[in-house]
Amino acid sequence: MSTIALNTSSAIGNAAAADAGAPVRIAVRNLNFYYGDFRSLKDISLDFYDRQVTALIGPSGCGKSTLLRTFNRIYSLYPEQRADGEILLDGQNILSPSIDVNELRARVGMVFQKPTPFPMSIYDNIAFGIKLYERLSKAELDGRVEEALRKAALWDEVKDKLRQSGMGLSGGQQQRLCIARTIAQRPEVILLDEPTSALDPISTGKIEELIEQLRSEFTIVIVTHNMQQAARISQFTAFMYLGELVEFGPTTKMFMNPSKKQTQDYITGRFG
Amino acid sequence: MAEHIVSSYDNDLQGLRQRISEMGGIAEKMLVDSIAALVRHDKGLAQNVVASDKRLDILQREVEESAILTIARRQPLAVDLRETISAIRISGDVERIGDMAKNIGKRALAIGDDFQPQKIVVGLQHMGDLVLGQLKDVLDAYAQKDTAKALDVWRRDGAIDALYTSLFRELLTYMMEDPRNISFCTHLLFCAKNIERIGDHTTNIAETVHYLVTGETLAIDRPKNDRSIDASIPSGA
Repeated sequence: MSTIALNTSSAIGNAAAADAGAPVRIAVRNLNFYYGDFRSLKDISLDFYDRQVTALIGPSGCGKSTLLRTFNRIYSLYPEQRADGEILLDGQNILSPSIDVNELRARVGMVFQKPTPFPMSIYDNIAFGIKLYERLSKAELDGRVEEALRKAALWDEVKDKLRQSGMGLSGGQQQRLCIARTIAQRPEVILLDEPTSALDPISTGKIEELIEQLRSEFTIVIVTHNMQQAARISQFTAFMYLGELVEFGPTTKMFMNPSKKQTQDYITGRFG
Repeated sequence: MAEHIVSSYDNDLQGLRQRISEMGGIAEKMLVDSIAALVRHDKGLAQNVVASDKRLDILQREVEESAILTIARRQPLAVDLRETISAIRISGDVERIGDMAKNIGKRALAIGDDFQPQKIVVGLQHMGDLVLGQLKDVLDAYAQKDTAKALDVWRRDGAIDALYTSLFRELLTYMMEDPRNISFCTHLLFCAKNIERIGDHTTNIAETVHYLVTGETLAIDRPKNDRSIDASIPSGA
């Protein structure tokens, strides 16, 4: 009998299988989000699992970046933006006014679409964030910078020019520098907002490889417009449309045999 | 199903379906003609069957190449990926069906006007009719994406296996009766086996159609009734 066994561990790319037994790291409950009067997230409830990569996909304006931005409350920089509902990080509601936002942002790191190195040396780009939260000796700080650069797979490329400006690096290197800067704070969760959309395929490959490795230590949430990328690197995928969560499930299922027609139409390029 | 934003993508998939539909038509005709050639001792028809196989091979190669290009160019996902993979698999099965019909054609030529017991010929014809029905239904199921119809084909294959087993026993008896029967009986046995194998390929296609439509594989074992393995010449014969 010739059947393709739909072995979920190897059905797509080299991404490891979804571990549904992993503990929930972030539990979103009945989350609504408003830009002024506009309700851009509608009653979202969704779990993000520990040390798994969850991809948020959907057309522009569907709310995926907005959802990402609630996890470190970066939206609260803008007075007209607000969220209600609950986002439980390790059981603690991070939307609660009593949460220390600075501490939250150390626990939940974020990397943006365009690389955003600070106009300072490669070394200081990383040391800067650490020094905000911790008092370390020079030797300890050196160690932390090296550790972060190694984990971001950048160390070998920059170890001889740590005092040069971070702005002089290539786009892909800058993005890995930003990831190193995030890792250096030893966060629990890493948020990636289209981290490779401005990069060439080789740099993209390096970032994807990096994400695969970082998964052993961090819970990762990535927004991407690249379906194949979501299929390659994530264990879980959430499809959003017009501020609503349409479907959530293991990535293999979402890309081989999604339950909802809307999901299928979107991932196969039939939308609109 | 809604159309793709990129319309040439739809054309790619449509092209795969069209080629498979053409392959199915050729295979059906080859099966019908090969058995008719055998039953009627029609050498011209048998030669036609042998010649038609070439077109099937070409089409299969085209499906394969076009499916691989589609994967490389468009990285299909979900139903599109299943459609592309299914095209490769179904074209492979239909190509094999053609090979088997061609083999029956060749044996029809080899047997020539040798004596053929009526009972066996009727049995082969009946088996051929059953398998032809299966092939037609499964190709319809593919064209209509009708998984219920595909499952029906999948379940019915047991009847063909049973018929094959009884023909096997019958041919064995003829061979034991008179060693001069062995030559044509062996040819007829291979013809029966070919028809039975075509039945197996139709169930493969049925499984593929089920996968294409539902995204799930048929895990359970298919009902089988081929008992020819247990049949043997009684000792002392």
